Amino acid sequence: MTTETLAPAIDVGGAVAGAAAPAVASHDGQGGSDPMAAIPSAVELRGVSLYYGAFRAIKDVTLNVPRQRVTAFIGPSGCGKSTLLRSMNRMNDLIPIARAEGSMLFHGEDLYADYVDPVEVRRRIGMVFQKANPFPKSIYDNVAFGPRIMGAKGNLDDQVESCLRRAALWDEVKDKLRQSGLALSGGQQQRLCIARAIATEPDMILMDEPCSALDPRSTLQIEELMAELKEKYTIVIVTHNMQQAARASDFTVFLTMDQDRAGYVVERGPTLEIFTNPKNQLTEDYVSGRFG
Amino acid sequence: MASQSATSIAVQRSLARQRRDATGLAFSILLLLAMLLTLVILVVLLVDQVTRAIPVFQERGVDFLTSGLSSNPANAGVFQGLVGSIVMGMLVAVLCFPLGILTAVYLEEYAGDNLLTRFIDINIRNLAGVPSIVYGLLGLTVFVAFFAALGFPNNGRNIIAGAVTLTALILPIVIITSSEALRSVPKTLREGGYGVGASRWEVTRQLVLPAARPGILTGTILALARALGETAPLLLAGAILGTFSTSGSLQDLFTGPYTVLPMTVYDWARKPQEEFRALTSAAIVVLLVLTLSFNTLAILLRNRYQKRW
Repeated sequence: MTTETLAPAIDVGGAVAGAAAPAVASHDGQGGSDPMAAIPSAVELRGVSLYYGAFRAIKDVTLNVPRQRVTAFIGPSGCGKSTLLRSMNRMNDLIPIARAEGSMLFHGEDLYADYVDPVEVRRRIGMVFQKANPFPKSIYDNVAFGPRIMGAKGNLDDQVESCLRRAALWDEVKDKLRQSGLALSGGQQQRLCIARAIATEPDMILMDEPCSALDPRSTLQIEELMAELKEKYTIVIVTHNMQQAARASDFTVFLTMDQDRAGYVVERGPTLEIFTNPKNQLTEDYVSGRFG
Repeated sequence: MASQSATSIAVQRSLARQRRDATGLAFSILLLLAMLLTLVILVVLLVDQVTRAIPVFQERGVDFLTSGLSSNPANAGVFQGLVGSIVMGMLVAVLCFPLGILTAVYLEEYAGDNLLTRFIDINIRNLAGVPSIVYGLLGLTVFVAFFAALGFPNNGRNIIAGAVTLTALILPIVIITSSEALRSVPKTLREGGYGVGASRWEVTRQLVLPAARPGILTGTILALARALGETAPLLLAGAILGTFSTSGSLQDLFTGPYTVLPMTVYDWARKPQEEFRALTSAAIVVLLVLTLSFNTLAILLRNRYQKRW
């Protein structure tokens, strides 16, 4: 567990114009020059390309996701940021034509190695979706679902309570745990989904535009929650809302797509750098609202 | 107030204008007429049959239900047909529901979307449209012949052969309705399950099937009700048209001669004696009540599962 904070003096590295391999290399493999690699990584992506059939949705992404930090993926619609996020817990496996190249190291193990069980990957890397999707079960059973399929027997009251507390939902639902999860408001449902995700005790939580269907107040609650959750978990969030990325994330990865509609990483680094001092014109145009 | 702008006046006029929507009105009248016509046909049929049947029930009472088939109208009852239909319903349910639902789960949740599965899907849809008499031929040449070859009594013309025939008949319908029910389960529910590390079996068993259960139940039990009303395939697949005696033993029930209510109705409707007219109507009413109770059961089960959330 690291408490190391980022030194402001760390060099962010050169601009990555076309994300061609040599340009990416200037970001990586040089330890100190990449602030995202200066912190122990939860996941290391090495030359990851993602395909839907013949279509390449993501090309050659090399990226360290810092442990116990919030990392935001931003970029225009269709640039593949959700695809990239979903590849990190092998949710893309559910789409028959989806295919991955490159490697993703998680605790030193390639998530895409032949012998890796995607089901186990998803227990360790949880997911919160764009539209809150509680199971049509009670609030209690929603949270207990993960532990139960992992073989937990008997009384899960303490575990359910602690997950709901960590998801900042306990006080609102403690008297109606047996009621349907679908009876909650949108923001509460999304926090229930977060509680459900942390109940399997993952290392990392992937959030795919978790606030896009929520009102500003619920959005703020989720953002505050992320700030608390990163004490324990690594969080990666895809967001269309640039203010949200600026407010809630420690690191930002800006993706866009090339003329073949393949997404690639233009620039990444500490969120403050990306938003106040972007190295790449494309990034600057996007974060200043001139494009996208 | 006095000085209203031209725009305000125009808006007021258009708001107050009662536009005649003639085609819209004509369409709603058409809808109402179609509904009424359907309803009238049903009510006339029902009233006609019930009024004819009432004297039989008044005169015979329970005796009509407990008496066996007879060429003498005064003694004839629907006992064998009633027992046959109930046993047939249960056999078809036991054979058809697991097979149909498991097939649907395989096609929707497990099999990939490839040429083979699409070919199978199209074939199942076509099978649902095959005339029921064709299934009767299948029953005669395959199932009855099978039991005959095994040395079953009565040349293999038993209720099990009939039940297998009717199962083949409604299996495509059960598969199609169950597939539709599974397909209507939102993808986000499956994703949620996979997202917390559930395996395909756990997602299917604990999330998808419970969500699809009301739809599956409705579809399958309506298909069963259809099987209960079938006559044509059973004419070929060995059901008795005419009278026979029942020994009442369990073995005889499954391997001996059998009949079902629609067969009794068909048989009696062809009889020359005037007394059988009323008996036919009474048998029809018994069949309707049986079918309706199956449907009621379906609705009760569905409501029970829907009410949970």
